[in-house]
Amino acid sequence: MASLKELSAVPEVLASGHRLCAGCGAPIVVRQILRGAKAPVVVTNATGCLEVSTSVYPYSSWNSPWVHTAFECAGATASGVEAAYRSLKKQGKVDKEIKFVAFGGDGGTYDIGFQALSGAMERNHNLVYVCYDNGAYMNTGIQRSSATPKGADTTTSPVGKVSTGKRENRKDLTKIMAAHGIPYAAQVSPAHWNDLYQKAEKAFSAGGAAFINAIAPCPRGWRCDSKDTIEMCRLAVDTCFWPLYEIVEGKVRVTYKPRVKRPVVDFLKPQGRFRHLFQPGNEGLLEEIQKDVDRNWERLLAEEALSN
Amino acid sequence: MANEQRLAAMTGNEAVAHALRQIDPDVIAAYPITPQTDIVQYYSQFVSDGLVKTEMVTVESEHSAMSATIGASAAGARAMTATSSQGLALMWEMLHIASGYRLPIVMPVVNRALSGPINIHCDHSDTMGALTTGWIQIYAESAQEAYDNAIQAVRIAEDPRVLLPTMVCDDGFITSHGIENVSLLPDEVVKGFVGEYKPSKFLLNISDPVTVGPLVLPDYYTELKFQQAEAMKAAKQVILEVAEEYAKISGRKYGLFEEYKMDDAERVVVVLSSAAGTAKAVVNQLRAKGEKVGLLKPRVLRPFPAEELVAALSGAKAVAVMDRAETFSTQGGQLFTELRAAFYDAPKRPLMRGYVFGLGGRDTTVREIGKVFEDLRGDLERGSVSEKYTHLDVRV
Repeated sequence: MASLKELSAVPEVLASGHRLCAGCGAPIVVRQILRGAKAPVVVTNATGCLEVSTSVYPYSSWNSPWVHTAFECAGATASGVEAAYRSLKKQGKVDKEIKFVAFGGDGGTYDIGFQALSGAMERNHNLVYVCYDNGAYMNTGIQRSSATPKGADTTTSPVGKVSTGKRENRKDLTKIMAAHGIPYAAQVSPAHWNDLYQKAEKAFSAGGAAFINAIAPCPRGWRCDSKDTIEMCRLAVDTCFWPLYEIVEGKVRVTYKPRVKRPVVDFLKPQGRFRHLFQPGNEGLLEEIQKDVDRNWERLLAEEALSN
Repeated sequence: MANEQRLAAMTGNEAVAHALRQIDPDVIAAYPITPQTDIVQYYSQFVSDGLVKTEMVTVESEHSAMSATIGASAAGARAMTATSSQGLALMWEMLHIASGYRLPIVMPVVNRALSGPINIHCDHSDTMGALTTGWIQIYAESAQEAYDNAIQAVRIAEDPRVLLPTMVCDDGFITSHGIENVSLLPDEVVKGFVGEYKPSKFLLNISDPVTVGPLVLPDYYTELKFQQAEAMKAAKQVILEVAEEYAKISGRKYGLFEEYKMDDAERVVVVLSSAAGTAKAVVNQLRAKGEKVGLLKPRVLRPFPAEELVAALSGAKAVAVMDRAETFSTQGGQLFTELRAAFYDAPKRPLMRGYVFGLGGRDTTVREIGKVFEDLRGDLERGSVSEKYTHLDVRV
């Protein structure tokens, strides 16, 4: 356990003055994660909000070496960077201890970057891949992704006379990554900063491929107040919409169990993207979403019990 | 003085794999595809036998092969990959990123027809589609040339005046799987020739953090592309300098193109890669009958040596340009249209016609190339070309 005071003394890799929106979850995730690195880091970034808003040439918000190539290949690009390190280190051309991290949004991770990420995890490169999951393609203007929650109103799953938003469930990426047999996979929320920090530390010292999925509200896409970002992160956890857990070499550990499990509507209601669900006639859909959350939570608890 | 060389019978792929082994790059990220596959297989064995220091990244696709190679190169490693056909097509997005980031990656490409329909045999539709990606392109007629080009490419790509990625191309199956006598230089001579890779800015230099691949908007993008174009111009001279130096260690001389019996040639065939070997046989046959025929075999397509080609062809009266890929422009193959354009300002222009030939691995023999020379004879007698561009050996 580190104190906030200690953590605040860690030098910032992502400088202030970047161009991300007020209340964006992504830079909070980046700054919290990088506190766990404990060594110089080389950052790889998938195309997305974080990339375009922190690297507007000739400026850069990155105090660490940073590379971006394209949308779907942060996993592969980071693999190459890490392989270069292994090669130059064994030849004695690089002597420092360096850590490797890749950041991608949910579009660049769950969807278009899925294959490259799967490859990087399967090859067990010594790197940490962090998804900042805001649940849609926010950079291009709030299009649905496979991380978009059921019922969300997005510009490609718009609510209309015959539509109540996205019909499908979210892809459970954290479990899929854990199923690669990697040393470390975890789900985090910036509201639980100490839990996040400890998981980042574990990921960076896992000795192989690690995956962290971080919920990262987008006030623009979620249509919530930018001052409520951390509150939204907390509600996602307290409703069990976004459970905090880790999977270490196959063993599941739920790292936070809310004393009182709040109904999912507490998480949905403050968000404009779910407003239509609270109109008469959509009660069934709300019930369905609650059932999905309950089922996933119960299953996670059962997996924890089974693997320990 | 040329070095003591080892003459060995091997396929083009094996020759290229040996060139790579002697270069011994820091990182290779590659994915198997016919007919490139055994380059990757041979190399994997070199790694498993501890013959190289390379970290091999066996990626899950060619898109990732190029992405990982870019990552490794940006990190400060000498990084390479190899591919063919669909693999190159899948890399297309990343090809532009490699050149735009000025990363001196060397990539053997074993030419194979693009789908569809699927076909695993040779034509040049893969690399012709990559002419606008900002890569240097060098083509080989034989396994020996593929070997020699791969070694020279490292020096060309990494020259500070250039810093551009380079494709070294040879013909799928014909060259990649055909067994030839190849002269291999001693390992230490190749290592000495390519030298150590010393990038000026790289990711693993933690004390001098660099941002690679930022968002560049209209205020700077044009200047970056201009610099890239200037580097491609500079590459021409560098290619010649490297060739000259390579001749000293190997005894084998290379240029921007090869001229075969061109001195007094009136009728000339222009063709790339392995088909040039067949064309040489036809030239020999016709020369034996006293006919003034010649061959020009381009080696470098990017940068396109327009002035030099025009000068070399200035004595010709009729020229046939043979392209091993369609462009669907309805105006002929890529080499044909570029060479015609190069002659626009020339005071003297030969008759010029184009052929698309050898698609999807169709054999082009002395008979077909003999017909091309015959067509040129007809054009000369007529004083005009009978058809601007045609498909050679096609059932219609």
